[in-house]
Amino acid sequence: MSMNERDLLEDKHFEQVISDESICTKENIVYEKPETLLDVSMHYCPGCGHGVAHRILAEVIDELGIQQEVIGVAPVGCSVLAYNYLNIDMSEAAHGRASAVATGIKRVLPEKYVFSYQGDGDLAAIGTGETIHTCNRGENILIIFINNGIYGMTGGQMAPTTLPGMKSTTSPFGRDVATMGAPLKITELLAQLPGTYYVTRQSVHKPLNVRKAKKAIQKGFEYQKLNKGTCFVEIVSNCPSNWKMTPVESNKWLDENMLPFYPLGDIKVPKD
Amino acid sequence: MAKVKGDIIIDIEKCKGCELCIEACPQGSLETSRKVNNKGYLYIVKVEDTCTGCTNCALVCPEGGITVYRKTEKGKEQIAKISNVTKDMELKVN
Ligand SMILES: Cc1ncc(C[n+]2csc(CCOP(=O)(O)OP(=O)(O)O)c2C)c(N)n1
Ligand code: SF4
Ligand code: SF4
Ligand code: SF4
Ligand SMILES: [Mg+2]
Repeated sequence: MSMNERDLLEDKHFEQVISDESICTKENIVYEKPETLLDVSMHYCPGCGHGVAHRILAEVIDELGIQQEVIGVAPVGCSVLAYNYLNIDMSEAAHGRASAVATGIKRVLPEKYVFSYQGDGDLAAIGTGETIHTCNRGENILIIFINNGIYGMTGGQMAPTTLPGMKSTTSPFGRDVATMGAPLKITELLAQLPGTYYVTRQSVHKPLNVRKAKKAIQKGFEYQKLNKGTCFVEIVSNCPSNWKMTPVESNKWLDENMLPFYPLGDIKVPKD
Repeated sequence: MAKVKGDIIIDIEKCKGCELCIEACPQGSLETSRKVNNKGYLYIVKVEDTCTGCTNCALVCPEGGITVYRKTEKGKEQIAKISNVTKDMELKVN
């Protein structure tokens, strides 16, 4: 392709020119942005897994047709503005308290689908107590847990989930397990509690994983109607900015380092 | 099997040039542009006409900025929405 042709091609994308022979017509659409995801630009850094997680959550809400019946609770962390992107009823919660707020909403409005969306600093550090007790009480909510092994929003401090040896601004020489403790596998811990009904760990770094994670979120919502307990979906995610990597490198790093420590798959599945 | 032909439209104003779609595309159809969008990111362009409409790029796009189209060569056969996982879930809910 000559420089000139390439210029024309790039301009064509800019102006969104669609030729007559194009197959880009409504009846040929096999994939488009879900309606529940608002048509706005998100504030996340390039390549951040939060965007993918939001999108698949919105897809599930669309496909189950529960846009009017779902209430979400946003955390403190990078996803603090999730309600700006999802066209559903949402509430904000104080740092770590999303599952407690979701408990209150679900108890007052039991017919609604209620979920919380929380990062690892939110859910597994400051909110450990709320998380454990919500799951132990078996509240009929869905908890979506985005584990990127770091405090993303505040500039990359060590989280309970930070891997051994992993550098962060508060573990500049790498996490030393002897003094800082081993990473907390809170998902496995929660699966031990009688109150949890469905506990799974997924990721969104590859197309197949995106599909599986979406299916897990869907199950989480569907099981909520059975009133059998808390559903918990962990999504192992990236933080290219604070991991100091490009998005592509961060997903590769996730695959090679996060996944051996946080293996994907169902941890607790309904018996019946 | 009828040959499939795909195409995509990228919302280049949403694109942040993360290149995850390039990495996910099995056909090597995508490249980073040499121009920037209004936010200052190098957006992605489809440079090869090899797209099969597999949706991989759209699945990994954090901005929800890719729409995928697919058509088999035999007429206008409608292909089920790939993203629709609802169909194969058999759980009964009341
Ligand atoms: C009570 C309180 N303590 C501390 C903070 C500072 N703070 C904001 S976000 C955050 C951690 C967020 O990390 P995480 O939950 O992992 O979300 P991420 O940004 O990685 O998605 C902290 C400590 C706060 N906002 N409120
Ligand atoms: S700081 Fe990390 S988690 Fe937060 S938006 Fe950026 S990449 Fe995502
Ligand atoms: S739909 Fe598939 S083949 Fe087409 S550009 Fe996207 S990833 Fe590549
Ligand atoms: S995945 Fe989306 S945001 Fe990232 S480069 Fe591709 S089109 Fe742009
Ligand atoms: Mg985090």
